[in-house]
Amino acid sequence: MAEHQNTNSSHAGGAAGGVPHSAGRGAPEHIGEGAATGPAAGAVDPAAGSVDTELMTINIGPHHPATHGVLRLVVDLEGELVRDLKPVIGYVHTGIEKSCESQAYWKVIPFVERMDYVSYFFQMEAFCGAVERLVELEIPPRARYLRTIFLELNRIHSHLVWLGTTALDLGAISMLWYCFRERDKILDLFEMAAGQRMHTRYFQVGGVIEDIPRGFEAKLREFIAEMPVRVGQYEDLLDRNEVFLSRTKGVGVVPRERLLELGVTGPLLRAAGEPWDLRKAFDYLAYPEMDFKIPVGTVGDGYDRYRVRVAEMVESVRIVEQALDGLPEGPFIADDRKYVLPPRSELSTSMESLIHHFKLVTEGYRVEAGEVYYSIESPRGELGCFVLADGSAKPARVHFRDPSFVNLQAFRDMAVGTYVADMIANLGMLDPILGGVDR
Amino acid sequence: MPDAPGLELIRGEIEQDHPGAVLDTGFDRGQPALVVDPAQILAVLTWLRDAPGQGYRFLSSLHAADYLPAEPRFAVHYELINRDRVERLRVKALLRDPSAAGPVAAEGVSGRVLGFSPGEEGGRPRASVGRETGRRARPDTPSPPPPADGAEELPEIDSCVELFPTAEFQEREAYDFFGIVFRGHPDLTRILLPDDYVGWPLRRDFPVGGEPVTFTYNERAYG
Repeated sequence: MAEHQNTNSSHAGGAAGGVPHSAGRGAPEHIGEGAATGPAAGAVDPAAGSVDTELMTINIGPHHPATHGVLRLVVDLEGELVRDLKPVIGYVHTGIEKSCESQAYWKVIPFVERMDYVSYFFQMEAFCGAVERLVELEIPPRARYLRTIFLELNRIHSHLVWLGTTALDLGAISMLWYCFRERDKILDLFEMAAGQRMHTRYFQVGGVIEDIPRGFEAKLREFIAEMPVRVGQYEDLLDRNEVFLSRTKGVGVVPRERLLELGVTGPLLRAAGEPWDLRKAFDYLAYPEMDFKIPVGTVGDGYDRYRVRVAEMVESVRIVEQALDGLPEGPFIADDRKYVLPPRSELSTSMESLIHHFKLVTEGYRVEAGEVYYSIESPRGELGCFVLADGSAKPARVHFRDPSFVNLQAFRDMAVGTYVADMIANLGMLDPILGGVDR
Repeated sequence: MPDAPGLELIRGEIEQDHPGAVLDTGFDRGQPALVVDPAQILAVLTWLRDAPGQGYRFLSSLHAADYLPAEPRFAVHYELINRDRVERLRVKALLRDPSAAGPVAAEGVSGRVLGFSPGEEGGRPRASVGRETGRRARPDTPSPPPPADGAEELPEIDSCVELFPTAEFQEREAYDFFGIVFRGHPDLTRILLPDDYVGWPLRRDFPVGGEPVTFTYNERAYG
């Protein structure tokens, strides 16, 4: 801090000396500094020891294409071997949790969507579900099914982004184009239903904001028919790809017990052979009525993580299909005017509706004091949302237990003792979304 | 989930080994919670994890909350899962704010809000300056313990990293945002905010907008 002030004052002194702000004055200083430190640094390095034993601390990131976001890794390298590693996070921290505290409950939804920007439907569900539990609001069956459909589509979308970018890290650039082609079809579906391709704000407390439009079902069925074929094509491209196999097989194995200690959830844990999935463990939405399997791995290496995620995509397609087949008729949002906006058509005919609409939009609804922790299975693991209500129309605390944030703790175990290249492969397989890590 | 009688049974069993450890039980919106004496939090967590017939071995989330008008003001929540019985249990430890002066807490609170207002802190670097200018402390060098922020007293609780290694990041987050000190944590530094940040931003008396947005072009200190 003191140094900083000194440089400031010297600048100020220079400016007072008559030379206004000019680049020419600063430049020689820079060159002089560089010349002074250059040879000294060069002289120290060879004396430090032989190349084999030298430990070198290298900074990777925060801006680096292989870190999947703004993640900084401080790595101790011995040659090309990673001896120690520390992730440094916080570079995209935007204070969303604090911002939520000054918003009415219904205005919080777009905020939380922007945490983990690849799985936005899951954030919405976690928050809306927590508020529904706080106000003890039951959502109608059609809304449960619609939410299940969109969550699973989002899971496929998230895994596609993961598969494309991770395969890209491992040298399979064509995977990126194929995965993003299918991802675009999912985004088309989101756009059709919600009007937005990303950050849709489709889920509401009480249900969903709008019923699916005409033509949505046909388009979704098209997608359901196509997707398993596409997944098969991905597998054909990668499953026996020599480069991909040698980069993933046996890489980044962490024992199952250690993963559990570290609180790792999601595909990482399941790849190590632990069949833990909140969709099966706890009842929420329409999952208890769905018939689906939980893919688990055996070894827990990068290849298993890839297999688990690809198999999950196929299972998600199955869930979407079942939910679409069994989609019940009826309202898509609860009929509780204390929490849910009245239908637009009623506003011109019903005074009551107008009052409710006005009240909900201006002040929002009040939630009785209490606290709820609600967690769901996101594409990356347990996504928990803790909401503390203090009786006002704004939450007193919104906390997200983000799976990427917790899973990142396992990265050290995965990468220490491997090569730098494997560290990058491991980071890809970990699949952190830094927006979710930093919130 | 353990139901209300189940929760009382758990309480009774804990009380046999650790009298006075459980202060209260709560059953809010179908979610069971044990309110635990913060001095005995490790004993209770260990018991819940290891006692035969319990086995809450998975800590799914650790987070803090600020119940401002209430006293004790802070709480650390431990969301535990028993994966065999598929049950959740919340353990809460309520912490007093040591810097609040008892009954005149309300006055102190408003004073603090002012304390965080922009421009009050004189020559101090504002928060988030560090990142733009790259002055963030190197994480491999031992970073200083809790920022020496005058004589500010912080609430303290034992760290459960030994029991649940997953708590490491989450305790750092709680420290970062609420200024709750976890005794025995291996590396209790700020995790999401810059190391030179001043204040505990997720406390209820820290205002939104209490921190000016700093852009590098306002700094004029590239050299």
